[in-house]
Amino acid sequence: MAINLSREIVHSLEREKIKEIGNTNFYLCYQCGNCSAGCPCAEEMDILPHRAVRLAQLGQFSRLIESKAIWVCAACITCSVRCPRGVDIAGFMEACRQIVLRTRKVDHLSPVELDAQLLKELPQIALINNFRKFTG
Amino acid sequence: MSEKNLMQKIADSNKSVISGVDDLDIELWIKIYFLGREYRVPAGLTIMQALEYAGYFLTRSCGCRAGFCGACSTVYRIKGEYKLQFAMACQAEAMDGMYLVQLPFAPAEKRVYSLDHEEYSANTLLKYYPEIARCLSCNTCTKSCPQGIEVMDYINAALRGDYKQVAELSFDCIQCGLCAIRCPADIVHYNVAQLARRLYGKYGMPQVKNLNERATEIEEGVYQGEFDHLVALSNDELKKLYVEQQKNKEVY
Amino acid sequence: MEISYYPGCSLKTSAINFERTALSTLEELGIYALELPRWNCCGVMFSQSADNLMLQLAPARVIMEARETGRKRLLTLCSMCYNTLKRSLLFFKRNGEKLKKINAFLKLEERDFSAEGVEVIHLLTLLSELDTSNFKMKIKKIKSNLKVASYYGCLLTRPREIALDGVENPQIMEKLLEIAGFQTVNYPFKTDCCASFQVVNRRNVVKKQIRKIVTSAVRNGAEIFALSCPLCEYNLDSVQQELAQEDETFTPIPVLYISQLLSLALGQDPKLNDFSLHRIDPRPLFKEKGLL
Ligand code: SF4
Ligand code: SF4
Ligand code: SF4
Ligand code: SF4
Ligand code: FES
Repeated sequence: MAINLSREIVHSLEREKIKEIGNTNFYLCYQCGNCSAGCPCAEEMDILPHRAVRLAQLGQFSRLIESKAIWVCAACITCSVRCPRGVDIAGFMEACRQIVLRTRKVDHLSPVELDAQLLKELPQIALINNFRKFTG
Repeated sequence: MSEKNLMQKIADSNKSVISGVDDLDIELWIKIYFLGREYRVPAGLTIMQALEYAGYFLTRSCGCRAGFCGACSTVYRIKGEYKLQFAMACQAEAMDGMYLVQLPFAPAEKRVYSLDHEEYSANTLLKYYPEIARCLSCNTCTKSCPQGIEVMDYINAALRGDYKQVAELSFDCIQCGLCAIRCPADIVHYNVAQLARRLYGKYGMPQVKNLNERATEIEEGVYQGEFDHLVALSNDELKKLYVEQQKNKEVY
Repeated sequence: MEISYYPGCSLKTSAINFERTALSTLEELGIYALELPRWNCCGVMFSQSADNLMLQLAPARVIMEARETGRKRLLTLCSMCYNTLKRSLLFFKRNGEKLKKINAFLKLEERDFSAEGVEVIHLLTLLSELDTSNFKMKIKKIKSNLKVASYYGCLLTRPREIALDGVENPQIMEKLLEIAGFQTVNYPFKTDCCASFQVVNRRNVVKKQIRKIVTSAVRNGAEIFALSCPLCEYNLDSVQQELAQEDETFTPIPVLYISQLLSLALGQDPKLNDFSLHRIDPRPLFKEKGLL
């Protein structure tokens, strides 16, 4: 896929926003791929964590918000503790989700459409955690 | 009719219907602002009376006038203060410098359930109202409740399926809707509490022996004769009976 | 010794057997856990949005309640509560500005919030601080040859700043289990994520993880899992059952809270365990191993 590296796109507002919400300086990433190697959800992702970080460095925010990866992330923090550059990739993923939830105002999932049987058997913490990640 | 009587009658009819006092005799006045317009009204009225004094004829946001029906939810700020406040218009006193508006209706969803077919288990409330899992414990609901209910606490109890606590904490809820309008997690608290109280009433609450006995008696028609008698009475006879009964009523 | 105790939502519902056995185990060892008089859900996961303080209110309230008891330590059983409360405490210790903001927000409630004077401690840490010989003396069902795989999941050891033991290869559960007379097994995925809350809408991600974790543990000899998170418990228990139904070569093994095993080893009433809550019934195995 062609990547537009025009000045406006690379220096997009979202890039700074991710840094602020995720509270992490992802410009430090040098693409070692450690994060992706240990990610339990990588297999299900369309864009691997280290590639997502690279896209953000290049301001390719539209690619990120359309991606499945940010919603497949289970916030397990494995990537963050293993990053040799101290990037909090888990925080980075959260920031991407938050920007989508905040600006598009569309939830990733609708609580009332969940299966009733599932709702009856899930522990509370599964639902609370999920809704905090996927609804705005 | 003598002239004096006539003048008296005119003066009487000029008295405020609401306050029962001649405007000229009222010493204390306050200013309130309804929908952005300023009104001068006597001090000491309830918000509802003040609005009526100001000339409004309330067809919505007004019901029992006794603090029970929850129709008269009111949102206000006081001039010079930052805090948004909440009240029942029929109960709270109008205050000087009040900017207010009434909330005629709270858009809310009540889910469809059948108590007879519901399981009395921890997650039943979550099944119907999964959004309670979005609560942030911000306490905004509690701050908005004109009944002084610990709303946040009952939502937390609902989350963990503690029916007894929800029922007890929410008992005074009059379903005014103010909490639901303010909640950042879009929860409709009173509907959750209502389902919890219903389930608790049906499955959780200890059964009272006397009550059960009486209910069976009613079902078996033990009191049918007396009911039929009452229904057959004329209005006047009923009134008489009522007055008698009030006289003999036990004072607690 | 008395200690304040924060249960959290799931400990009162799906994980009630965790609460019962943990509290009774502690009592046997002379520790009385006193539930906070009033508490709310802590929010489950520490907020990762640095700018949104609203999400910090829930843990802040719990910390306030704990401070108001006057006792220094606050005990949690659930790994998620532990993580959230501990990180939030740290967050406020490091961010005086944010603490001020929260206090300004709480002003109307007339409560004073501070991050000082409270310490959040997990059951595992509390137990491992105890006098080992006293603990050993109380063990009744000595030397069971039950092989246990400790499953830590994510939140006991990540991020590093709140880890209750080594980040990559924690041993704290193994040590406790060995004191209680169990055998422990080594396997590489004990801190791997089970895919957590994805179970709500992406069960397949969870399934893939559980298959990997269980297969590895079983190959290394595990007969049972010990853990301390109600969400891991649900995921491991329910998804293993599902996997076994779909694939007969898959062997599910029972999943227990570590306190359930300790309580059994201490010879406490097995009824505390409420085995009916388990989808994969551990009773046959316990009978075989002489624990029931
Ligand atoms: S936090 Fe998300 S991206 Fe990082 S390892 Fe876990 S699942 Fe993968
Ligand atoms: S581990 Fe850190 S440095 Fe390596 S690719 Fe991932 S984010 Fe970049
Ligand atoms: S207003 Fe809503 S989010 Fe806030 S405490 Fe009440 S129920 Fe929870
Ligand atoms: S709980 Fe909500 S609906 Fe009920 S009285 Fe209070 S504010 Fe009104
Ligand atoms: S009118 Fe019914 S509560 Fe005020």
